[in-house]
This record gives sequence, structure tokens and C-alpha cells, in this order.
Amino acid sequence: MSTSELSKRGRTWFDALADGAQRIETGLASVLVADATLADERVRLLAIVPDLHNRFPRARHGEVGLDEAWALAYHVREAIAADRSGVQRPLIAIVDVNSQAYGRIEALLGIFLSLAAAADAYATARMSGHPVVALVVGKAISGGFLAHGEQAHRLLALDAPGVMVHAMPKESAARVTRRSVEELDALGKTIIPMAYDIRQYARLGLLHELITGIDADAPSAPQITRVKERVAAAIADIRVDPGDLTSRLNNPEAKVHRAASIEVRRRLAEQWNA
Amino acid sequence: METLNFEYEAKGPLTRRAHVGVVGSGDLEVLIEPADKPIAQVRVRTSVNGYAQVWKAVLDRFFSHFEHAARVEINDFGATPGMVALRLEQAGELVKP
Amino acid sequence: MTPTEHRTDPTAAERRDRFLSRRSVIEMRARERAQALLDPGSFRELLGPFDRLESPWLPLQGIVPESDDGVVIARGELAGKPAVIMAIEGAFQGGSMGEVSASKIAAALRLARGDWESGKAILPVLLLETGGVRLQEANLGEAVVAEIHAEIIALRRHVPVIGVIHGMVGCFGGMSIAAGLCSYLVVLPQARLGLNGPEVIEQEAGIDELDASDRRLIWSLMGGEQRYETGFADALIEDDAEQLRQAIRDLAARGLPARHRSEAVDDYQRRLAKIDPTRPLDGPALRRLWPQGDRQ
Repeated sequence: MSTSELSKRGRTWFDALADGAQRIETGLASVLVADATLADERVRLLAIVPDLHNRFPRARHGEVGLDEAWALAYHVREAIAADRSGVQRPLIAIVDVNSQAYGRIEALLGIFLSLAAAADAYATARMSGHPVVALVVGKAISGGFLAHGEQAHRLLALDAPGVMVHAMPKESAARVTRRSVEELDALGKTIIPMAYDIRQYARLGLLHELITGIDADAPSAPQITRVKERVAAAIADIRVDPGDLTSRLNNPEAKVHRAASIEVRRRLAEQWNA
Repeated sequence: METLNFEYEAKGPLTRRAHVGVVGSGDLEVLIEPADKPIAQVRVRTSVNGYAQVWKAVLDRFFSHFEHAARVEINDFGATPGMVALRLEQAGELVKP
Repeated sequence: MTPTEHRTDPTAAERRDRFLSRRSVIEMRARERAQALLDPGSFRELLGPFDRLESPWLPLQGIVPESDDGVVIARGELAGKPAVIMAIEGAFQGGSMGEVSASKIAAALRLARGDWESGKAILPVLLLETGGVRLQEANLGEAVVAEIHAEIIALRRHVPVIGVIHGMVGCFGGMSIAAGLCSYLVVLPQARLGLNGPEVIEQEAGIDELDASDRRLIWSLMGGEQRYETGFADALIEDDAEQLRQAIRDLAARGLPARHRSEAVDDYQRRLAKIDPTRPLDGPALRRLWPQGDRQ
């Protein structure tokens, strides 16, 4: 992948939200962490970005690799420990991840466990009173998103080209299902969960908010302010009613497009003690 | 995927229900349960299109000795006629009074 | 003739009987596995075939659904104690997680937690035979797999969540993350556990990175024995239902681990820091570096 194809959105939005706040030393050029100020309170920002010099060759283009996932776990847990007897600072996962790293050494060294550790840390933060918000500014693909973002209380996404959530990169999915990319796109128009379009994703009821009118690559100052406001609003919303991931079922979209998810839970509860 | 429906006369009710098989490659699942109407109704969903006559032949044979009022569902993933007959027999045995 | 002349070596006879009575877990269907694990007569399936909770998405794509969407949820008793078995059927769509199949697991984990929160004990056991998220339901499969992760993390505060990987499908994709979150993992030698399936690694990174047809290589990287010997799993057993029952019982009896593997951040960061990715590293070498039972 050429340098020009590497996404800069993670860094762009990290810098925008950090607004000059000092970066925390992570030891990795691919992992950005900072404690910034948002709506008058301290929030921890976390992002994964491309690093062409990553010591793991398969994790150079913005993938969540071994080091990245353990580092996320470390910095999330560090915030949990530091805030144990004080105010639980919000954690903002800025998401623009290509996927997980695909490589032999990743398989050998247990990348599955490193991603589990990141998901574990975010979920633990969520359950410990930290508002956790995921802001999807680019790609949020499969294992990378499961590790970095999906355990948040609330998922926010920019309504912009190139913003997509999916279980597998499009080209890979085409190869695995033996269809063309065009066929996949066509399928996504009628089978909503297969769509790569973030607006289709929003119809599943999984997003708290789709933020419109934002240039994801080169946001203006007012646009950045607007995104900050929406993140702050999400944090406030979480503090009123945190809920958990099943809160994503309590909205009109879910009732239509995730009826089966709701039905399974209802009927299993009925049969549990029968 | 093709959906085929068949009906057969029934002589008596069923009291049991049964499920056999799995929708795996070359296999099928069969669900048999008591029906309200005094007939046997069969719905076949199969991954291989164009074999309605073969399904009819296999089912005719099974229902020539299975005479209960039943709702029968078959979800097939490319099983051979022999495999279909086997699964039907297995299910039939389980619901025998 | 005196009785002693007919006496045979009890150990050999015992061994022969055990071999003959061995029941292969791999050769069973998911429903049979759940039945084999639970005490006789205690098996009760929830949301079974006749509840007809199928995938709403597969028929739209011309794919024949399964009445239970490939997951069996069964309550019962394991050695006299309440348990819930969540068994994935690998023969249906590769055990892939769709909206319904994943929701059955997430909901069962949630209800088990509800039991603990109201003072009732129940042991959760996951039979992980899955290629990961079902691509035909992509974003919903993924979203509910995230719910499974959340539920495991919440439930394992009360009780060990025990995962079993037996093969031959193995445990991949988002569900390998679920395996990583389990309190304890039981594996068979035939198992494979990894985030990315070998075919996908070969496809994405090239055949020089990984030749998916090289079975010896695959199992040396992510096979059950390899994962056990490098500390990613807690018990390695033979393909036998009784051994599996016993392994689950033994692990449950340990109670909650002092720290879950997925919480051991400092441990794994230290281990990784000592590894140089530019130098060759294979399965046997990793076993020397990260031996089973080693806590750094």
C-alpha cells in the first residue's frame, strides 16, 4: 500500500480532539494516547494509526496488531486504576482501523488474546463508571473494531465517504464469498447487515448518532467544534443512563431491523426457568 | 434455494414430535410434529434447485407407510435421495406411537 | 482350574474397556455434545428446533437456514450442579455467528448472570466450533459477537466461564476473542485457535507468509497442543466425552482465577518485548520461551 493510500483520519481527529494536549508516551508510533479537555473535563483519547516502521511488518497500515492491542489495554487500565477513587474520566476511542493484522507471527503469538485484552479493558472501564465513546472517523473493520471501539457505551460515526463498519474488508469478503465487489455492493442494498455504507449501518440501530456535514479528511474548525459537542453530549447521555451493549436494542431501528435479536432474548428469558 | 410443498392423506394423529439431522453439506434436517389438519403437510427447502420430481418420489415412498397427520419440515443442503430417505425414516421412528 | 489362572492384567483390561467405551466429541453433533456433558436425564434444550428461530437473512440470499441457526442452548446439571451448555454446530455454515446464533449465546450468558445476581449458581460452558462472524450477516453477526464478549466479561466476575475447542472447524474470528476472554480453555490436539483462519492469512498475506495447506505448519502455530504448551489454554485432553466432562469439572472446581489471561497486560507486554520479529520464530521455539504454567 502506498503512503498516499494510508489513512490519516485517525491522526487528524486525534489531533483535533486533543487540541494541543500533550501526548502520553506509549512507546509505539501506531498508538496515540492523550488526556485532553472536552466540555471542561479531562478525557482520555486513544487512536491507532499507520506506522510504516512498525516492528511487525503486518501491522504497518493502521491495523490493530499485537503491540497495539496490548498497548490499548495498558492505557485504558492505567486510566481505570488512576481514577479508582476519583472521577472516572471518559475514554474516547477514535476509530480508523483497517482490520486486525494478518500474519504468521501474529497467529503464533496469539493476536486473538491481545485483541481480547483490549476489548476486556474497554469493557472493564465501561463497567467501572468510565463513559466510553467510540467515534468512527474511517474504517471500523472486524477484529480491530471488536478490540477498539465496540465495547463502548455509545457508538458515534461521521456521515462521510470512507466511513464504514464491517466484519471483513470488502476485497477479502469478495474473495472469501467468491463474489465480485460489485455483487457485494448490490447485496448490501437489500441485505442491510452486509452493507458497507455507514448510512445502512445506522439503520441497524447500533449507532447512537451519525454526525452529518463533516469533512472527515480536512474538517474545518466549526466542524471540529460540532463533533466535540456531539461527543460531549454522548458522554452526558451515558452519565444519565449508562446501560450496556444491549441498550443498542432499545430504539426504533433495532425494533425493525434487529427484530430477531430482540425475539431471541425475549423467548430465551421465557424458557429459562420454565 | 427452492421451496417445495407437498400434501399427503393421513389416517391418524401424532402425539410426538422429532427432529433429526443437521443442515450441513450433503445432509438435511427433518422436523416432524403433530398437525391440526387431518393431513400431512410437507415443506422442503433445498439448496439444489430443479429436483421436485425426485423429492416427490422419495416423499411418496415415505408417506406410503407414514400415515399420521403431521407438519413436516425439511431443510436440505444437497443430500442424496438415499440420505433424505434415511433421515425421514429416523424421524418417523422417533414419532412412532 | 483355580481362579488365579484366569486372572488377566486389570490395567490392560481397564485400558481396553476405556478405549472401547470412548465417545468421540469431534464425531458428535452439537446437540449430542451438550447431552453428553450434562448428567443423564437433566438435559433441557431452550430455543430448540421447534421454536424455529431461524436466520432472517439467509433465506433472502437463497441459503437454506437451520431451525436452531446452528447453536444449541441446553440447561441441566453437570456432576449434580446447574450448568448451561452453549454448543455451536460447526456443520451448519461453518458454525458462523449470525444474528440469531450469536444472540442465543449472548442471551444465555446474560440470563446466567441474572441467576448469579439473584443468588443462584450456574456454570457456563461454551463449545466453540466456529469460523467467526457469518459474512452473510456481517454487521449484525459482528455486533452480537461484541455482545458475547461483553457478557463473558461481566459473567466471569461471578463464575468461571469455560470454553472448549474441540475441532475440526476450530475457533476463529471474533469468537477467538471470546475464547481469549474465557476463564479457562479446554482444547483437544485437533483444535485450532486463532484470530485469522489459515486460508484468510494466505489470501491476505500471500502463500509465503502461510501455506494454508501445510497442516503440520498450521497446527504448530495454532493447534490445540501448541496453544496449551504456550499457556493459551488450561487443559489438553483426548477426544473423549468423559475426559471432557472431567476436565470441565476440574477447571470449575478451581474457582475464579486470580487474574484472567486477558487481564495479564504487564505479563504479555514483557513477553512480547523480548521477541524480535525480524528473527525466525516457530512453534517449538515459542514453547521454550513461553512454557505452560509460566507466569512472569
